[in-house]
Amino acid sequence: MIPYNAFHFKTLCAAIKSLAAMSLTLEQVQRIAHLARIEVSESEALSTQTHLNGIFELIEQMQAVDTSGVEPMAHAQDLSQRLRADVVSEVDGRAAFLAIAPESEAGLFLVPKVIE
Amino acid sequence: MINASLKQLSQALAAKQISSVELTQLFLDRIARLNPTLNAFVTVDAEKSLNSARAADARIAAGNAGLLTGIPIAQKDIFCAEGWRTTCGSKMLANFVSPYDATVILKMESEAGLVSLGKTNMDEFAMGSSNETSFFGPVRNPWDSERVPGGSSGGSAAAVAARMAPAATGTDTGGSIRQPAALCNLTGLKPTYGVVSRYGMIAFASSLDQAGPMAASAEDCALLLNSMAGFDERDSTSLERPREDYSRDLEKPLAGLRIGLPREFFGEGCDAAVMAAVRAAIAEYEKLGATTVEVSLPNSHLSVPAYYVIAPAEASSNLSRFDGVRYGFRAEDYGNLDDMYMKSRAQGFGAEVKRRIMIGAYVLSHGYYDAYYLQAQRIRRLIANDFVEAFKSCDVIMGPTSPSTAFKLGEKAADPVQMYLSDIYTIAVNLAGLPGMSVPCGFVGGLPVGLQLVGNYFAEAQLLNVAHRYQQATDWHQRRPAGLV
Repeated sequence: MIPYNAFHFKTLCAAIKSLAAMSLTLEQVQRIAHLARIEVSESEALSTQTHLNGIFELIEQMQAVDTSGVEPMAHAQDLSQRLRADVVSEVDGRAAFLAIAPESEAGLFLVPKVIE
Repeated sequence: MINASLKQLSQALAAKQISSVELTQLFLDRIARLNPTLNAFVTVDAEKSLNSARAADARIAAGNAGLLTGIPIAQKDIFCAEGWRTTCGSKMLANFVSPYDATVILKMESEAGLVSLGKTNMDEFAMGSSNETSFFGPVRNPWDSERVPGGSSGGSAAAVAARMAPAATGTDTGGSIRQPAALCNLTGLKPTYGVVSRYGMIAFASSLDQAGPMAASAEDCALLLNSMAGFDERDSTSLERPREDYSRDLEKPLAGLRIGLPREFFGEGCDAAVMAAVRAAIAEYEKLGATTVEVSLPNSHLSVPAYYVIAPAEASSNLSRFDGVRYGFRAEDYGNLDDMYMKSRAQGFGAEVKRRIMIGAYVLSHGYYDAYYLQAQRIRRLIANDFVEAFKSCDVIMGPTSPSTAFKLGEKAADPVQMYLSDIYTIAVNLAGLPGMSVPCGFVGGLPVGLQLVGNYFAEAQLLNVAHRYQQATDWHQRRPAGLV
């Protein structure tokens, strides 16, 4: 891992560029899969690795561009968030929403026990 | 009636030449005949459709019908519709019956009185350019059943091209309305970001997703957009703007129109015969009084790389809601809560969706955020600025919609990067948030070619005008695939 705070942005870009040549290891693929909460079997991991590395090769083209001083654009319209009055505006849909849950009981969604 | 325009259908309904029930039945029969081959619809519920048609007929009889009341339409299965199964092309939602309506559905069906014929097939969670990532199997192109219809709105495109519906809705995050419209000989419009509400439209990449119409002509698209657009307080990025009639400028002459031709869209990378059809269309515009000027979008080659950071980043966040807890698929066997999440998502999502979620999780993760996510957002700014500069010397930008005609099923399915590059001309428009269209402009080897039009922000009425005048002078958009009875 690269310590995020210790590097200037451009240094980081250079570090990433050198990382690109190494490409993702199987271990990194498993780590990303865990971050995404998607189970990846050993047999899937290899093809996932190949595909992700191909996609990152495409993405790496971005690193050749000097973007210093460019304001990141998160959104097409530069608008501030609208505010609304803090009042109830939706009808109670509890029964309808619980009816489509995989498992529910007594008005609650059921999941495996979290606290022993 | 099968090939009639929306205006003609509206007149026939108003004159009581046909009822909405009869019209709806006509299209339902055609769906029953053609859908087993084309797989354009994933859900059809004739009784529901006919009930809406009866309600529309009552409105017509009572004299409070709108222009589109009683006309049947196909809805992309990305829009939540109350009481309808809403799958988004995924096993994750294969049994999800929506408890509420998307704003687009409310406006089109409850307000305008359009009748839903059913929900159309699509790439899973709108991630794809060929409709091959759908859990419900690929859609076939009505022009050649061995070929893809494009994606992600492939079912909507095939449904309208085969006249199983007079028109359809689509959504466009990186080209998903325009590219299938091009590949199936339709007219499709992606509005300016924020014009059509995203409420109830299952989110892929929220800063890019925008819904729009897919139909046989620019006139049909204008009438449909009138029923779809408008401010919605339930969508935090919906724009508060005065109501517009998008058909108001359809007939305006094009004399003096300045067409910008980006040199980056006319270089390498596009099929030569497709390019020839696009150039012929531009020559037709010159006959209509337009002039051309070369413009440049120097950062457009970075749009695909930047998009494949931004869209997956937003998708990884949006799709975290599919966890097997509140709705959707849950794995049969699991251990603890984390295991339930991991197995439900592993089994509920297809390969392409998983790849994009993982890319998103990675580019947002500690240590990579600046180099990938922020860098992509900075490039997004450069791409948007290129358009601002280009529109200083032109009114509308033109080029190809897609670098090739419809490709064969399976041809690009094994290589994600090849698939991504089929959206090379459309993605920049989403990153900038501009309106874009695809308009039929010719055929290569019997397969349709699309001309892309890009307008400045909120120039939908102008784009529709530019497309409509071309369609008055040409008949490409009226060609129908052979062999579909």
